[in-house]
This record gives sequence, structure tokens and C-alpha cells, in this order.
Amino acid sequence: MLNGLQSLTVAYMAVWAIFFGYQFSVGRRLRQLQDEVERLKTRR
Amino acid sequence: MADGAASVVESTGQQKWGPGIVETLGIAALVAFAGYAALFIAPTERTMGVIQRIFYFHVPSAWTGFVAFFINLIGSIAFLRTRNLKWDRLAVASAEIGVAFFTVVLVTGPIWARPVWGIWWTWDARLTSSFVLWLLYVCYLLLRTLVDETERRAVVSAVFGIFAAFDIPLVYFSIWLFRTQHPQPVIGQGGSLDSRMLNVLLLCWMALLGVMVLLLRQRVRLETLRHSVEQLRTESARDAGAE
Repeated sequence: MLNGLQSLTVAYMAVWAIFFGYQFSVGRRLRQLQDEVERLKTRR
Repeated sequence: MADGAASVVESTGQQKWGPGIVETLGIAALVAFAGYAALFIAPTERTMGVIQRIFYFHVPSAWTGFVAFFINLIGSIAFLRTRNLKWDRLAVASAEIGVAFFTVVLVTGPIWARPVWGIWWTWDARLTSSFVLWLLYVCYLLLRTLVDETERRAVVSAVFGIFAAFDIPLVYFSIWLFRTQHPQPVIGQGGSLDSRMLNVLLLCWMALLGVMVLLLRQRVRLETLRHSVEQLRTESARDAGAE
């Protein structure tokens, strides 16, 4: 079983992973949509 | 390009919606200092020891998640009143961010519970209602993927958003209303939190609120872009049909 310090470290890493993962997901979707807007604008 | 789509595309510009670099650096510094304070400045709790420090990101994440879900409620009501899609974009952005913060709550809670309670999870009122709250907003996000028409999607999700918000007070007051294994409130009525712990807790909350504001702006920008893509596609299809 994890001791207190190990549990704290795991929790701390999990928090950063969730926020960075979410930020990465939003950034990726933004880039995809920006590319799509550019593509649709040039096609018109 | 039609005026509507043009204005939407212009409004998605980085300068209008994207967070400024100074703002981002300021919040990053606040997050770094809050993290340092949570780990090194706050005193170590006597009975639980170092594991209690999870409290400094578990509790502020829950509070920030509540704020995000409350913004979703405001956006949902405002959309149903005005039928202005900007409120729908705010609602979906805040719902997704609320889910992210509550994911932190539901992950850090069991990591704390295992060494302190000896179990990862128990189906008591606070834990169950928190999990249901997270599930409701995941369903809200899934529901949006099932409706294609923009206006209809906004109406359906606004109604569902208002329904989901009924669980927010239930989660918050569950520790007073039911017998629960979850710790009792440590601030406010009956709270006995050390003032240094309280200051670090509030600092961590401010830092996470800052993160929420940055994410919210970016997420609203994403939704605005999505809306402009839908409009541009419709106009392209119309132009192709006219030719």
C-alpha cells in the first residue's frame, strides 16, 4: 500500500495530468477548427 | 461570405477571445506559488500527516467545479430566455470545464481515502451525489453530440443543464442532510481550520479559479469557431446548390 507521501505524489501528478490532458485536447480541437475555417474560406 | 459567418469568424480572433500572455503568466505564477504553499508552507496536519495536503487541490477543485456548473446554469437559463447562441456556447464550455475539475475531485478523493479510511470508495451521500453530478454533465456533453441542428441542440441541452443543476445543492448540503463518511466542513459554521491552512486553501482556490477563467475563454473560442465552421459549411452547400 502507498504511504502518505507516495499517495500525495500520485495525487499531485494526477491533477497535473488531468489539466494538461484537457488543455492539450482543447488546443488540438482549436487547431483543427482553425484549419477547417481557413480551408472553407479559401474554397469559397 | 455572409455577414453572420464573417462576424463569427472575426470574433474568433486570438485578440478578442484568447487569453493575454501577461494574464496567462500571472495565473501560472499564482498556480506555482499555490502548489508550493500547499506542499511546503501549510502546516502538516497532526493525525493524517502529509496525505492531508491532497485537501488543498481536492477541495478547491470541487468549489471551482461548482462555479463552472453554476455558470452552465446561468448560460442555460439565459439561452432559453434570449435564444442567443452565445449563452449556449458559454454553457457547453463551462460544463466541460466543470467535468474536468470534478474529474480531479473524483480522482484525488479515493487517493486520499485509501490510506485514511482503508477503502478507495464508499457509496455514501456525498461521494455518490458527486459522482452523479459528474455523470450528469458527461451526459450533457454526450447529449449535444446526438442533436445536429444548432438551435434544437441548444434548447435540449439548456433544459438538461437546468435539470442537472439540481444536483449541485444536493452535493453541497449532503454532509448536513445525511449521515456520511465524508469529512465535515472545516470552514464556515462549525469549522475549525487553522488560519494558515485556510489561507493556503483560499490561495489554491484563487489559483484554480484563474485556471478556470483561462480554460473557459479558450473553450468558448473553440465553440465560437465550431459555430463559424457550421455556418461556412451551410453557406458553401447553399452556394454549390445555387450554381
